[in-house]
Amino acid sequence: MTTAELVFQFLGVGTVVCPILLVAVIGLSSLFGIRLGETLISRLTQFAVGLGLMQAVAIVVLMISVNSRIVSIDVGDWVSIPEQHFHFHLKFMFDRLSVPFLLLSLVLCGVVGAFTRRYLHRETGYQRFFLLYSLFLTGMVVSSIAGTIETLFFGWELVGLSSALLVAYFHERESPVRNGQRVWSVYRLADASFLMAALLMHHLTGAGDFSSFVGSEPWPSGTAALSPNHALLVGLLLLLAASGKSALVPFSGWLPRAMEGPTPSSAVFYGSLSVHLGAYLLLRVSPILEASLPLQIIVIAVGLVSALAGSIMTRAQSDVKSSLAYASLSQVGIIVVEIGLGFYYLALVHIIGHACLRTLQLLRAPTLLTDYHAIENALGTRLAGQAVSSHSTFSGKLTRWLYRFGYERGYMDALLDNYVIAVFVAVFQWSDRQERRWTDWLSSEPSRESDLAELHPESMEPNQISLPLEKNVSL
Amino acid sequence: MPELHFPWLEASIITPLLGALIVTIIGEGNRSRLWAIGFCFVTLVFALGEWLDFSMLHTFEAHDHWDIITLFFNQDVFLIDELSAPLLSLAALIYLVTVLSTLRTKVARFSFPMTLISEAILLATFSCRASWILVILLSIATIPPWIEMRRRGRCTSVYTIHMGAFVALLFSGYAILQFSPSSSEPALLAGAILTGAALLRSGIVPVHCWMTDLFEKATLGTALLFVTPLTGAFAVMRLVLPIAPDWALHWIALLSLVTAVYAAGMALVQTEARRFFCYLFLSNASLVLVGLELVTPIGMTGALCVWLSVGLSLTGFGITLRSLESRLGRLSLIDFHGLFDQMPSIAGFFLLTGLASIGFPGTIGFIAIELLVEGAVEVYPLVGSAVVLAAALNGIAILFAYFRIFTGRRSATQISLKARFPERIAILVLTLLIIGGGLVPQPSVASRYHAATELERHRDLFHKDSNLPSAPVHTDQGPKQAEHE
Repeated sequence: MTTAELVFQFLGVGTVVCPILLVAVIGLSSLFGIRLGETLISRLTQFAVGLGLMQAVAIVVLMISVNSRIVSIDVGDWVSIPEQHFHFHLKFMFDRLSVPFLLLSLVLCGVVGAFTRRYLHRETGYQRFFLLYSLFLTGMVVSSIAGTIETLFFGWELVGLSSALLVAYFHERESPVRNGQRVWSVYRLADASFLMAALLMHHLTGAGDFSSFVGSEPWPSGTAALSPNHALLVGLLLLLAASGKSALVPFSGWLPRAMEGPTPSSAVFYGSLSVHLGAYLLLRVSPILEASLPLQIIVIAVGLVSALAGSIMTRAQSDVKSSLAYASLSQVGIIVVEIGLGFYYLALVHIIGHACLRTLQLLRAPTLLTDYHAIENALGTRLAGQAVSSHSTFSGKLTRWLYRFGYERGYMDALLDNYVIAVFVAVFQWSDRQERRWTDWLSSEPSRESDLAELHPESMEPNQISLPLEKNVSL
Repeated sequence: MPELHFPWLEASIITPLLGALIVTIIGEGNRSRLWAIGFCFVTLVFALGEWLDFSMLHTFEAHDHWDIITLFFNQDVFLIDELSAPLLSLAALIYLVTVLSTLRTKVARFSFPMTLISEAILLATFSCRASWILVILLSIATIPPWIEMRRRGRCTSVYTIHMGAFVALLFSGYAILQFSPSSSEPALLAGAILTGAALLRSGIVPVHCWMTDLFEKATLGTALLFVTPLTGAFAVMRLVLPIAPDWALHWIALLSLVTAVYAAGMALVQTEARRFFCYLFLSNASLVLVGLELVTPIGMTGALCVWLSVGLSLTGFGITLRSLESRLGRLSLIDFHGLFDQMPSIAGFFLLTGLASIGFPGTIGFIAIELLVEGAVEVYPLVGSAVVLAAALNGIAILFAYFRIFTGRRSATQISLKARFPERIAILVLTLLIIGGGLVPQPSVASRYHAATELERHRDLFHKDSNLPSAPVHTDQGPKQAEHE
């Protein structure tokens, strides 16, 4: 191994180790019930992000100086069964795609970490926020520089869990928790799709390295090692995974729900980084998209529909964060269209620009009214309100329909609730009733003591409140 | 046969029996709990000792030093092999953490002597190879939960009917196998009957209702100890795997797959925490059977790894639920309880163990599930995706339960609900194993792979010796029976 390779290895592994150490310190403290001070947590976060960023920048400088377009850091097999050709290979890759995304992740996480220090000052969940933040950071760093599909999946899952738990950050209220659950449910289905795609690729190419199925040429000039039909199948699974993660249609319903979390997490996750992870995945496997024309057409269609839907929905929202969330969706939709059309560099630049803009907008969102007041005070007069045009491009009926579509968020949640979740619940509740009938019949008496589990008085109907006192079966 | 350096097996079986005797003499009360913890701890030490000793022998199986029981039966009754070595330690650990996390307030309800007797029976079962003694041990293991339910004045019909059928099938199947002339037809019949017994004991749909009934009516501790060591899967490995042809095993795998998805779906519609746990466990336990019945090295390795991960993680999940129940009674999942601020470490552990059971990255289950899915996809490229679906549904269910129990409202109590010292020790031990096994998975995967290949080799030898049908034929559409030559 040459000196340059050794330095790359050291810096590359160091980039990943920094956020992992942050998780370890905050996580172990939480596990042992040790409460860390706000300043200490903040310093640790700054140190981990700063050191990681410095190492990433050093890698970029070194890559430029040795004129290398791609640097692979092979950590080795985490798990292997050589006889069965099963390898869980840990490999990180620095190239024109991963480096910008890594830098973007570290910079934005650093900014949000610094912002949060004051934003969540004296909040009881301060340590919990930073534990989840560090998990998210680890997930983003690992996903960004993953050199194998398994490694990417590892980071992808960490991002998903931390995101869902941060949506439910204000967990003493029901609404954020329900929204966190919704986000997690969509993520799990997207993750299942990702895992299937990963295994299928493993099955078809016999390896998990990106270089084995998109070629060893530097991004974006790889060639897929899959037949068009296989590329279509794998690509559709990956598109499904990306759609779930990036809230593309038909999974857009969770995006405004995610804004229930604290503003810093909304900004860094759903405004800038997490929402682009799906697009990043599509960029990473872009040679597979190129291998199948139908797949490219589907990608463009999904992006286009998402962009249009996001554009309509953002105009009908009544709160600034939801409006920004749908504005993000319309941009992500356009990015996906760019990917489908093969404009990869444009998509990458679009991601970076959009992420930075949206982070700024979301971080300023809570003080929007204060900002307006400051401007008005400075001017000494009220700002003129934006005139609502009485002329519409569309007919009145269509305008009303579009408004309703936007206001009801594309009916996506309603469709999902009525035609997927309701059916699922009905089928299994029916099974549950049959099981009850069966065990009641075998027991010759009511067989379920679990029916006697008491509800909180607040959750009971007025006529139910006295019920527990009437129960004569001891638990 | 190679010999261990100490009678570990006999010591680990006799210790809980001795403990049961002493705890019975002491009577009910906190002292009996402390003694039970002590005996469980010593049993675990013996179990770990036998695993360590066995691993140093580098052999497939070994028997005890000074094997006293051989003198009575003229054969090796208890032995340790690559399959049972970690399972014995796992079983002993499950008992220790369950007893350790039993609060003083629950001492009157939870019978320590009966628990120690169950532990002895379980360890003896895991130390047996296919024999009448194994059949008898599997049968008598069903009695302690039955006694407990009777003592509590609960209706035992569902449990009795299912377990009665299990015992009847077990005895009849093994009798046909033992007393029929050596040819493939009786072996197939015996295999089918024994498969029925093992599926019943494993709670495969549609004969799973005894498990939900057990969770409804027995104490949560007893129900946990009866199901989490996966004795049904062990019965499959010892009694069914050696004699069943591959195509039959593949169909059992499909049945288990259906159970895994069905139970995962059922977990999502449950309105009470115990039933929720029962279905969650059933789904995960079925995934173990899926892998075992695939009869491919990767699939079996995955299943054996999932066995360990499910054993650890869902025991942890179960004892967390038990801790909650011992403070608050039965927990409804219809409304939110908001207990996070009252018991943050228990909440964290609940989430960790739940995520470990679905194979979340960084936990012991991650590589296990990866291997299992890889094995399933290898045999059934399309149907194998059901494993992924089951895992996804279980993941949704875990967070659903977490949110319902620990969040959603601000809960205030006049007394502290935080984890007590013994509970914290149990949590810590399991957390270290779950995360440690997740970060350094290679040793356990290598050991389980070796066990899987050895089991497969022994199975092939058995088939050759007995002239039984084998020869797997895998197609993309599913299993097909091989043409017998």
